[in-house]
Order: sequence, then structure tokens, then C-alpha cells
Amino acid sequence: MSWQGRLSRLDVRGRAADGWARLPVWARAGALIGLAAFFYVLPLFKVPLLDTPESDFASVLFYPVGVYVLMAVGLNVVVGLAGLLDLGYVAFFAIGGYTMALLGVHAHWSFFEVLPVSIVLSVVAGVVLGTPTLRLRGDYLAIVTLGFGEIIRITARNSNPLGGPRGIFGIPHPPNVGGLRFGIIDPKPYYWLLLTLLIVTIAAVRRLERSRVGRAWTAIREDEDAAELMGVPTFRFKLWAFAIGAGIGGMGGTVYATKAISITPDNYPFILSILFLSAVVLGGSGNLVGVIVGGFVVAYLPERFRGFAELRVLVFGAALVVMMAFRPQGLIPSRRRAIELKEPEPAGGLGTLPATPRQTGG
Amino acid sequence: MTFGGVTALDTVDLVVREGEIVALIGPNGAGKTTVFNVVTGVFEPDDGDVRLRGASIAGHRRYEITRAGVARTFQNIRLFADMSAIENVMVGADARHKTSVAGAIARTRRHRAEEREGRTRAVELLDLVGIGRRGEEAARNLPYGDQRRLEIARALATGPQLLLLDEPAAGFNPREKRGLIELIRRIRDTGYTVLLIEHDMGLVMGMSDRVVVLDFGRKIADGPPGAVQQDQRVINAYLGVPADAP
Repeated sequence: MSWQGRLSRLDVRGRAADGWARLPVWARAGALIGLAAFFYVLPLFKVPLLDTPESDFASVLFYPVGVYVLMAVGLNVVVGLAGLLDLGYVAFFAIGGYTMALLGVHAHWSFFEVLPVSIVLSVVAGVVLGTPTLRLRGDYLAIVTLGFGEIIRITARNSNPLGGPRGIFGIPHPPNVGGLRFGIIDPKPYYWLLLTLLIVTIAAVRRLERSRVGRAWTAIREDEDAAELMGVPTFRFKLWAFAIGAGIGGMGGTVYATKAISITPDNYPFILSILFLSAVVLGGSGNLVGVIVGGFVVAYLPERFRGFAELRVLVFGAALVVMMAFRPQGLIPSRRRAIELKEPEPAGGLGTLPATPRQTGG
Repeated sequence: MTFGGVTALDTVDLVVREGEIVALIGPNGAGKTTVFNVVTGVFEPDDGDVRLRGASIAGHRRYEITRAGVARTFQNIRLFADMSAIENVMVGADARHKTSVAGAIARTRRHRAEEREGRTRAVELLDLVGIGRRGEEAARNLPYGDQRRLEIARALATGPQLLLLDEPAAGFNPREKRGLIELIRRIRDTGYTVLLIEHDMGLVMGMSDRVVVLDFGRKIADGPPGAVQQDQRVINAYLGVPADAP
């Protein structure tokens, strides 16, 4: 595939995005409401082809599909927007899950009471992890976050109050809301709950993306030193990205746990961090629509092809390799990211001096 | 300012008065960019102080120095290449804005006002530097000269009291240089103070109120362009001193 070939296709996507931006407000709002409505009614129908033959479709829509999409949206803030490689995102999924389990089982709090606490705790965990580590760059940050993901899982395994390897059993379902009954049999109310949280999250992330916050993240990703010298408090904005990502991850973990009834440390393996990251990269790092599609693909395809049993993981792996070979910028790339991938990093130093500026201050 | 055992700057006493255009010149390696890096907080001076309107800014964080009123451009252009020209300038304008994550999520009145202000300011500044029609283009797609102008607009957007230009005319042809002189004068007349590093003597002599010469990290001359041109030490620094000189 030629370089020009890729670029011209990018332009096509650029035109699609511009066309969308030119639509009148009512048309855009109508289209979004229609889209949301489609996803709300989706589990009520058996859509041919889209259906999952081996497992209950509504169930699959909740987990893994909905959960993966939410996690991809959250991780995208960290990786796609701010450009910070987090290899331990599962940690926040676990913190949300364990918060739900502990407060639900021991304090008998309902899901709706636990959710804000769980988000706050995840944000705090994100800040605690981020404060010392966000001064590191690139590879080092990846290694520290990877370690953090493992630490959380291993701590849960070795701690009696957290249930050790057997985990925690008897996590309460959310109380019924109006006519919605959150029980064991019907997964649809859980899906609707998750979808609602997802829509709110997407709207919030969209607003951030299009404000000074999003500009600061992009500037940091493109040239951190130049950003700092243009008045961007880079450390603070990186910490914000980390904290917001953590909060969304914690939210995902809480919703997952309230449906799961029981959780164990084995629900939070390292591979889950990698799958969330695959969703972001595969869909198009930095592009909100892209990572939503990425989350869907990564979660849905293995379920769709469950019939192939063990082979499905192999097929999935091969699909990822092929994908990265032919379309490294992701399915629906961010226009900026796509170009960045082809460019070398900006030259170091702030002048002719081959000097390393002092570490980014906080 | 020393790096390992190398002293890059040694007792440089530099004063820039409000409304002046001061040129910082000197042979390669004299320490001109190091002066910029010390002033903007990239390096912390081992010794001595940097003051802006009487307040010390030495050792402050880089973004705080920018917000306090010092902005710069770079010798080798460092734009946010894949952001549009307008967005580049808006990043600079954001240095003066107060609302952040909460304001953006809630879209508070104040946040929206700041976003509007940033955009308006960006459009004005792009007009000022003469690239008003290219606002929506990605910075990387702008021609070289426009990229240099965009860097100036981005720096101005931070609302500086002191604007540092690091070789703004590098790679310019004579016509572009004339345009740049005009632009820098206009910027000064708008109320900014300019300190620039430049190698083009015609440009330096024709535009600066004062010229400061550095050589091996020391200040060897400071005065009006005409006087500096006649200064024997400056001539020696540039042309070299014969080995048998007294």
C-alpha cells in the first residue's frame, strides 16, 4: 500500500467528519438520539448475523461488549488523547469491582450508593499512582503501570479481607428502578444501565476533547516541552487524564461486579489490560468513535466465533497482527494520530544545545 | 550556567527595557540560546537571577514563567504539527484561561466565554502575523515562512510582556526578511517588548534599538547598533584575533 494511498483515504475520512460538522444542530442531535435509541432496543431483537449463536445476545451486549467499550473510552483518554501508555488499566476495573463487592456485601450499600464512592476511590488511586510516575516518560510509565495492575491483583489474592483467591461472593444487584428489575435471569436492565452510563461518559469525554483540556492533551502528546513553554501545566493535565481514565475504569468495574454476584482476583488478569489497549489501538487511538468500534470488535468477535472453541483466540490474534500490519492507525483513526505514526519524534533540545531539559516539573 | 565542566554563560548582565527591540548576537556557541533557556526556565541558573518587572522568575516552573509574561519561539520550529494553526494559537491563549476540566464538562458560562475569547484572539493574532487565511490548516502543511509566523502568533497569544524570538529570520529570503522586520516593528508598536537572537546583521542593525553581543558566554558589548558595529572587541570576536596580536 502506497503512502499516498493511505493519505488519500484519510482525506476521505476527514471529509466525512467535516460533513458531519456542517450538518445543522437539529440534524446532528436527531441522528445521535436515533443512534442511542437503536442501542437501547438492540437486545430486544435477534438481529440476523449480529446475533451470537452460542451465547445470549443481551448478555454479550452487557459483558464483554458494553464493558469493553466503556473501558476503551476511558483508556482512550489516557493513551489516545494524552499519549500516556498505561499497561495496567485493569487495576482500576478491579478497584471498582472490589469497592462494589466490599461495600455491597459488608455495608449493604446499593449499587447507586457505591458508584460515586467507587469512582472517587479509583480517581484517588489514579492520582496516587500518577503523581510519582507521570514524571517518567514513555517506556518507564508503561512498566510502572504494568506493575501496578499486577500489584492490585496480587494484593487481592493475598488479603483476607478481600477474600483471598476465592474472592467475594454475594454482591448485591442494584435495587429495582421503576419497572426495571435487576435480577439474575434477565441481563437487559444491566445493559440499559451500562448504556446510560456509557452515554453520559462519552458526552463528558467529548466535551473535554473539544476544550482547552483536549488541546492541552494533544499539545503534550505532540511536543511536551513546547507545550510546557506555551504555558500548559503538562504534569497537571497528564494527571487529569490519568485520573479521569481511572474514574471511568472504576465505573466499569463497579457495573461489572454488581451483575457478576461474585468476583475473584482471576477476573482481573494482565491480559485484560492488553485487551482494553487492543480495543483502543485497533479502533483508532485518539478517536472516540474509533475506540467505541474497537471495543465492540475486540469484545464481540470472540463471542461471535465461540463455535470455533479454542481456535478463536488464535484467529483473534492473527486478525490483530494482520490489522496492525495493514492499518496501524486503527479502524477509524484520529486524523492527527494517523500522521504522527509516520513521523519521527521531534528533535530533542530547545535550540542548538544537545541538552536534556530538566524533568517536567509538577 | 554550566554543563558538566563547560561554562556556557558567565556573568551575563542583560537588561531589556519595556518597549525595546533588543538583539542578542554573537558567534556560534556564544550562549545566545542558553540565555533564552535560562530566562524561560528550561535551565535553572547556577547563580544569579532573572527578573521580570522586578519579580524574580529564576527557577520557577516553565509554564509559570510563561504565564508570568515571557513567551518564546524556537530556533528549530516546534509547533504542534498536526493541530490546526488556530488550535496552535489557542493553546497559547489557554495560558491565560482559568477554567479547566470541571468547566469543560459542565460547559459553564465562563468556560464558553474563555473558549470564544481564545478563538477570537487566535484569529486576530493570525491576522496580525499575516496568515489569517490559513487558520484551519494543519500547522505541518503551512509553508516554512508561515510556520515561523505561526510560532510568533502562538507566543503572543500567551499575553507576554517580553517576547523572545530565536532566529526568526532563519531560512528567509530577502523579501521575507523585510516582511519580518515590518512584523516585529508592528508587534513592538502594539505594546510588546522584543528580545531576539539573529545572525542576519542587516536585519539586526536595521531594526534593533540596542544590540548585545555575547562571546564565549560573556557579554562583550551592549549599545546602539552603530556603536556596537565599531567596537573592536566585537570585530575581534567575529573575525578572530591574529595570533601575534597584543
